[in-house]
Amino acid sequence: MSETVVSTTGWKPNPRAARRRRADHLATAFGMVMAGILVLVLASILWTLLSRGLAGLSAAAIMKPMGPPGSSSGLANAIVGSLIQTFMALLMATPLGLGCGIYLSEYGTETNKFASCVRFVSDVLMSVPSILVGLFVYQVLVAPFGHFSALAGSVALAILAVPIIVRTTEDMLRLVPTSMREAGAALGATRWRVTLSLCLRSAKTGVLTGILLALARVSGETAPLLFTSLGNQNWSFSLNRPMASLPVTIYQYAGASYEDWVQLAWAGALLVTMGVLAINIAVRVSARRG
Amino acid sequence: MTLATATQPEEARDKAGVSHSGSRRSGPDTAFHLLVAASALLVLVVLGGLVVLMGVGGSQAFRTFGLGFAFHDVWNPVADQYGAWAPLFGTIVSTLIGVAIALPLAFGTAFWLTAMAPPRIAAIVGTAVQLLAAVPSIIFGMWGFFTIVPFMARTVQPFLTHHFRHVPGIRFIIHGAPFGTGLMTAGLVLAVMIAPFMTAVMRDVFAAMPAMLRESAYGLGATRWDVMWKVVVPWSRTGMIGAIVLGMGRALGETMAVTFVIGNVTAVGWSLFAPRSTVASLIALQFPESPAGSLRLSALLALGFILMLLSFASLALARMLRGDTK
Repeated sequence: MSETVVSTTGWKPNPRAARRRRADHLATAFGMVMAGILVLVLASILWTLLSRGLAGLSAAAIMKPMGPPGSSSGLANAIVGSLIQTFMALLMATPLGLGCGIYLSEYGTETNKFASCVRFVSDVLMSVPSILVGLFVYQVLVAPFGHFSALAGSVALAILAVPIIVRTTEDMLRLVPTSMREAGAALGATRWRVTLSLCLRSAKTGVLTGILLALARVSGETAPLLFTSLGNQNWSFSLNRPMASLPVTIYQYAGASYEDWVQLAWAGALLVTMGVLAINIAVRVSARRG
Repeated sequence: MTLATATQPEEARDKAGVSHSGSRRSGPDTAFHLLVAASALLVLVVLGGLVVLMGVGGSQAFRTFGLGFAFHDVWNPVADQYGAWAPLFGTIVSTLIGVAIALPLAFGTAFWLTAMAPPRIAAIVGTAVQLLAAVPSIIFGMWGFFTIVPFMARTVQPFLTHHFRHVPGIRFIIHGAPFGTGLMTAGLVLAVMIAPFMTAVMRDVFAAMPAMLRESAYGLGATRWDVMWKVVVPWSRTGMIGAIVLGMGRALGETMAVTFVIGNVTAVGWSLFAPRSTVASLIALQFPESPAGSLRLSALLALGFILMLLSFASLALARMLRGDTK
């Protein structure tokens, strides 16, 4: 387009403009190629997951418990184990995360040293490698008792979930306008009443989102469960004994040299990914509506 | 006030002392305050416990090998000799490779998404990338194990060995049997794992820039790349650095994605295609085999302690860079 302008007005070609245009073309190509590569690679992951996972997925894979290779076994106890452990983890992490988030937003003013310390620590916890959380819980809840337990696994998952809940709770409560707190106080409501019945209620959607995101993060975690709930080939509903979980089972089965175990690992991987993606999509849809 | 408190019973005076605002508070209010403060304290205690226990557990190894533990390159459970250098080297190099590959991918994709892509496609791809940032890391590990490792072993390594075997300077980077596992494979898988996350953050940062700045630059005749490089990038430098460092932090402590593809050999060397190990993968693999109270267990905990310090350092770096430019 600009070339025609150049020729008709009798301008000399501007080498700088030409250089800029070349750089622009190069950068455009670079951006497109990079986006193309990233999208292709991610599509390849999803495709591998879908094609191999669907091949291994069957009613038996979901209904039957784990078993020795070649015995048409399934993943039922691992699925149930994962559900129990993530549920227990949320049961522990939600009150703690809510309490801490409320403290930080309602009592932790800028000058409060303790609050800024807690805020920093919660940030650190959010980025701590998850395997270290597993090591920590092993030393606290496994080594002293002499055996692995589902409870230890749940605690490890809870430690990973807490900082996410803390962060979203604090952020969401801070969005509640001060006038609402003042209105509550003017009506004679005590501070805890104002916090719980006014602030927390109006920030409900955001806080729930945080809890759901924590659930999504925790349900695919493998490393913290390796040394805590260990895994179990059989049905077990006791929190005091080792319990199977989907991610750990995937880890054990994917490296195995039995074809049916590898297939089950892919089926399990598909289930975990679909679960995590479903939660994330639900969060997104509800955020758009609310 | 002083007169009033002096005449009040002991209990009421205590309450007045607790209150920060100076006004009297009801019992449930104080209880609520204490409750939420206690949960904040618990969060503090958990992290404190994490750091302390890791240090205490590793103290035996630190005592036996001294500070040289971190730079000693032998990890030999048979001879009970442990040094952290081999896994540390693996962690650092695989993380650097991962970030080096993920950075152009993320930057290019974010550039395309915010400056070039048609809005509808950008919305779809952007959402997809954000969603994929939430996929559990073990999935990336499995994908690497079943896709990248065979590809490296059958295609990349024979090709490199065939063409660059005699080139000095490259030779020592590529030598090794074609197992397909190693630092390069781990770096690739890490890059694929952190790229969606970095892209999502960079896209948000780029999109947060006031449209006025962008439009003014275009109005002055700037090309797309001029706008990107001279307006958007300087404006969002802090956010970009944050994205890079956070991605790095993820790669540093990643266990599952790496354990599948690193090969798990505790050796040090410059070859990017020979099996190696990282701190996290070594812990994941050797911890179950280490008896309680053994020197090996202590060495693994000491490794955990060092990994914790690394992750601290990356977070502190992110905070410092963010704070400096604000």
